Amino acid sequence: MTDLASTDAPAAIVTETDDGAARLHRNLFIAIAVALVIAPFVAYPVFVMKVLCFALFALAFNLLLGYGGLLSFGHAAYFGMASYVSAYTAKNWGLTPELAILLGTAVGAALGLVFGALAIRRQGIYFAMITLALAQMVFFFSLQTPGFTGGEDGIQAVPRGKLLGLIDLADDRVLYWLVAAIFMGGLLLIYRVIHSPFGQVCKAIRDNEPRAISLGYRASQYKLMVFVLSATLAGLAGATKAIVFQLASLTDVYWTMSGEVVLMTLVGGLGTVFGPIVGAIVIVAMQNYLATLGAWVTVVQGVIFVLCVLLFREGIVGVISKAIRKPL
Amino acid sequence: MAEDTILSTSGLTKEFAGFTAVNSVDLSVRRGSIHALIGPNGAGKTTCFNLLTKFLAPTRGSIVYNGRDISREKPAEIARLGLVRSFQISAVFPQLSVLTNVRIALQRRKRGDSFDFWRSERVLSELDAEARSLIEAVGLTPFLGLTAGELSYGRKRALEIATTLALEPEMLLLDEPMAGMGREDVERIAALIRKISKNRTILMVEHNLSVVASLSDRITVLARGQVLAEGDYATVSKDPRVIEAYIGSGGGHGHH
Repeated sequence: MTDLASTDAPAAIVTETDDGAARLHRNLFIAIAVALVIAPFVAYPVFVMKVLCFALFALAFNLLLGYGGLLSFGHAAYFGMASYVSAYTAKNWGLTPELAILLGTAVGAALGLVFGALAIRRQGIYFAMITLALAQMVFFFSLQTPGFTGGEDGIQAVPRGKLLGLIDLADDRVLYWLVAAIFMGGLLLIYRVIHSPFGQVCKAIRDNEPRAISLGYRASQYKLMVFVLSATLAGLAGATKAIVFQLASLTDVYWTMSGEVVLMTLVGGLGTVFGPIVGAIVIVAMQNYLATLGAWVTVVQGVIFVLCVLLFREGIVGVISKAIRKPL
Repeated sequence: MAEDTILSTSGLTKEFAGFTAVNSVDLSVRRGSIHALIGPNGAGKTTCFNLLTKFLAPTRGSIVYNGRDISREKPAEIARLGLVRSFQISAVFPQLSVLTNVRIALQRRKRGDSFDFWRSERVLSELDAEARSLIEAVGLTPFLGLTAGELSYGRKRALEIATTLALEPEMLLLDEPMAGMGREDVERIAALIRKISKNRTILMVEHNLSVVASLSDRITVLARGQVLAEGDYATVSKDPRVIEAYIGSGGGHGHH
């Protein structure tokens, strides 16, 4: 039958492209794993760990904006608060690093649940403004409670401690493997979320919320869930960062941190799986290697941001993805 | 009489800051019929439609669907009861593939909620066969792998219908299904609507009077937020009040 033939042929094409993308992604994951193994031998491990923490942060942010369609301008709150909790509990309660990181992450998740429930009642710019306002409240809280946050000084000299009470993390090259594992775990989780039945619904809501509702999806529940997932992973990034740098400070909760993560995501490629990693590498490398320029780093960042929005709207990975006609 | 009626409103009213857009409308849609809601611009059709689909909350009055008061339900809930709406501007998920668009609807009907973010989307492939046959039914099989955003306007509408049908709705609310369409597309979609109206009830708001004349069993004419006339096309089109309302508002647009 001609009918049968016409249904079969395009169907084959679809599965082929899907499989092609899946194979490409698997190869990319292998490449990333290899890069993670090689990186500490060719670059300064603390630098690589910094990149990994910010890449995870950007991945978390991109999950919310790129796949949930929700622009948060307050992601510093989850990153920074988790960083404080992790630093405080490691230093003052003597928690082992994995417990301190877990606790920080849990606080990020809880904060995300409360803030998310408030913010998802509004849409678009109002949503962004609510997240920003709530994050500013976290900043002022951090400023006003020096007993907990150390105020202007932050929490310094956080002990890295011993992983599970056994493995001493004082050596950068040892700590690196923990950070690499956390990053890879976070990346794999985000990849799975994006490619799950839940992720499909999120993408539908992102594309056309009224339509998703008219199909019977309770959109706000999905939005809250993706918000909490994003805040949790942002918290994981912040908590890990505190252990790496042995420092949690007001910089982590300040609104510029929220802005930086937007920048990383846009530079790398909004709504691409791997873009935020590239964006984080670019921005962190710039901050490090252009550090001699002092305040001019901010100017350079600003110029890149403007250029990105004007010329490079899909970001680096977005452009590549378009060129090879495969989702990345 | 009560068994015959699938959807009814009584005293349905919507006020916006002192302006009454819909004023005490009593509407009764018979099960299995194609019912059209027409009226000149500003008659309150769209407001009425948004009230029925719960995208607006009524100021007063009630809406009863299948014997159940849905006046205060949320839009996602009435979809779960089998009352599904379409949109005036084509409602697809532009960045998702044609197949995924339809599968999203199947996913809701077959799996309920999908909060399982830890599971692979491969579990959804069991829905692919049914999604494909729905896509086949609206003639979109050659475009299966495209994203919905790449489709032409008429095909987006066809995709929207396939997506809606995936929910197996008992009743469809169509918001100007022919809006912005060329003549050929109009005929294709009209045929499609007639085809899907079997075993279903359809209520549509439509400007194109020739479409209304050929498709609907019953027509309600709204003017200034109130029901002006009701009946089949022959009755309604001869009603002097209807003629006056259309001429008074500057003629019946869509009257080609």
